[in-house]
Amino acid sequence: MKKILLTLLFILFGSTAYADGHCSKPSGSINILANDFPALRTFVETAKGCKGSADFKVTHSSEHNKIAVPALTANPSEFSARIAANSSIVPLMNQDLIRPMDDLVKKYGKGIQDSQLITIDGKVMAVAFMANTQHLYYREDVLKELGIPVPKTYEEVVAASEKIRASGKMQHPYAAAYKAGWNLAEEFVNMFIGHGGEFFKAGTAEPSINNAKGVATLNMLKKLASLSNPDYLTHDSEAIKVEWESGKVALMTLWASRSGTLLDDEGDAKITAATKLTGPATVGGGNIPAATLWWDGFTLAKNRSDSDAEASFIALAHAASNKKMVADAADQAVWLVEGFVPGPKSIGVIEAVKMGAKPYPMLPQMGLMHGALGSEIVEFLQGKESAEQALKDVEAAYISKAKEQGFL
Amino acid sequence: MPNKTFFWFFLPTGLAMILFIGLPIISTGIQSFYAQHDQVVKEVKKCDPFGCTVSIVVDQEATSVLRDERPLGKFNGFGTYVDRNHLAIEQISEFWDETDTLGEFIDQVTNLPFYKALLFTLTYCLFVTPNVLLLGFIIALSLNAISRKIRGPLIFGTILPMIVTPLVGSLVLFWMIDAEGIIGANLQLMMEDPYLSLKSSRTLTWITIIIYGIWHHSPFAFVVFYAALQTVPQEPVEAAIIDGASRYQRIRHIVLPHIYPVVTFVALISLMDNFRVFEPIIGFSAEGSAQSLSWLIYDNLVNEEVILFGSAAATSMMTIIGIAILLAPVLIRTWKEFRTAR
Repeated sequence: MKKILLTLLFILFGSTAYADGHCSKPSGSINILANDFPALRTFVETAKGCKGSADFKVTHSSEHNKIAVPALTANPSEFSARIAANSSIVPLMNQDLIRPMDDLVKKYGKGIQDSQLITIDGKVMAVAFMANTQHLYYREDVLKELGIPVPKTYEEVVAASEKIRASGKMQHPYAAAYKAGWNLAEEFVNMFIGHGGEFFKAGTAEPSINNAKGVATLNMLKKLASLSNPDYLTHDSEAIKVEWESGKVALMTLWASRSGTLLDDEGDAKITAATKLTGPATVGGGNIPAATLWWDGFTLAKNRSDSDAEASFIALAHAASNKKMVADAADQAVWLVEGFVPGPKSIGVIEAVKMGAKPYPMLPQMGLMHGALGSEIVEFLQGKESAEQALKDVEAAYISKAKEQGFL
Repeated sequence: MPNKTFFWFFLPTGLAMILFIGLPIISTGIQSFYAQHDQVVKEVKKCDPFGCTVSIVVDQEATSVLRDERPLGKFNGFGTYVDRNHLAIEQISEFWDETDTLGEFIDQVTNLPFYKALLFTLTYCLFVTPNVLLLGFIIALSLNAISRKIRGPLIFGTILPMIVTPLVGSLVLFWMIDAEGIIGANLQLMMEDPYLSLKSSRTLTWITIIIYGIWHHSPFAFVVFYAALQTVPQEPVEAAIIDGASRYQRIRHIVLPHIYPVVTFVALISLMDNFRVFEPIIGFSAEGSAQSLSWLIYDNLVNEEVILFGSAAATSMMTIIGIAILLAPVLIRTWKEFRTAR
């Protein structure tokens, strides 16, 4: 009788533990650095559920990029794990700050799907758990009232915005994160890729943006900027989200990961009800969208003890294979975890993948290009310089930096 | 004070200064002469959820050999100083040959990041420093003249801009001048121009930041001047009144000469402060229109995913030299006065 009871108990608890995802109670110390948006908070919270006897700390910060390299360079490093994306894993790789985790995946990574593994030169360097992209949001009520079809290309976005402005309903109907710096550069990257551009001459670190595609990209950005709030150069994703919620914008390019906060119960119910999502737009007659695909995944610090790395992996892998989490938080992100059923908030990313969007270029020198773009194209948008001059400036600024970094 | 006493008195401060100011500056100087090793890259296969591609990565084994050999990096001499993102010697001589008019030449030069930043920094110094001195002095004089009963609360109110954290102060103003904010929206209404934006126009952004700078720094000048005014001897002032001197004459010939050393001190400190202008650029998100030397250093260190230590170090050294040049006339003058006084 006792034996049966024990077996029953074992099955009961064993199976609940299994349903929650695999967790082999780690010990040691776990300290995670991550960006700050709802899906990542959910993810880290889930990982915390499998901390065992380990000491668990997390730092959520939108300034994570600025902290990461110095914090992981220290030995022992401040963080044992870092949640990175396609772009932010590059500086970590360049400086050799993260460790391969093939053995850990083999040992503890049961529920992780092969497609989640980021392998570089055959070694697993990160485990992805969600996908992200920038895509279009539109106000169904406004478009319907004016008889405008949902735009599929940026040319249609411009035409639609002009029509809305002409109708007098909205003065600045379009919004995108054009804040000078990283955000603006990201918009350039999207639009340039949409035009079929390549940032570097094949196989080298030589820039190749000063061409017809670059000029077309800049002209499109300027056209869109002229349809945005005049303060666009100071507006980041958060600022345009606020603009949208105040009902002053009808078309917007924004991250998929922010859809949750746009469609939640907070704010004007009428605007929320009319907020609809669609895939990213194409541009210049191209067939791939003017958007880049992003993944978010976890990496493990190299300059930290093996036992801490193991503990961090166990906890994070528990979250990265957690069916319950992706079911409960289905509208927070497009999870790459097994068992995820895409909801209406995932349309943007799924459309982008279907349309063949390219991932953000994961090249060692891309960060320098991104930085140069962020500051040098501003004057063109302000109308102080020609597109050719702006692109020439970007290339020149990039070349100086790349020389200092030894890429050229 | 005998020299020996002074020496022992100064020793702890001196040591701390060498440790926390001197050595870091020397280390920065050394770093500015080095660049990163040539990156050894290799082609590898990269796979992510969106598919596999052949791409390049930094070859860590080869790089670590280079790094162990020479940990400081590749010696670059003044290479970083003269490249396009700093002094841009080559580019400037090119512009000189290419351009026809001086205006065009200046346009081209101020389009280079370092000169763009220098232009803003100097403009800021040039407008903020004298106005801070003037405004601080006027406020100190007026407060000194009013009834003691209400002086306390008024002084507190006056130094408030200095108490408010710079970032918070600039953020408050930033929201007010937003196109949807109280000042921004009213300006649009007044000018009848819905596209007017204080933040997207370069000139208007500069004016906003300069006004903010004056607002933020005046209390400092005020506090020092007010303290100095308390030490003005009453006898000569009374004598002047009996002689029939006007208020202006009294200030010009008695008060000003008396507090003159303090004016020099405040001018020095505000020049140094203003040359390092940084917080308002971040607070106003003005990176697009206004960049200062300090902002360039910040940009090199944190804004890029790849940290440019050499660039940042070179700009730091040039900022130090810039401050030294700006302060030179005032310092020389003080030194001369000191010599004659002895």
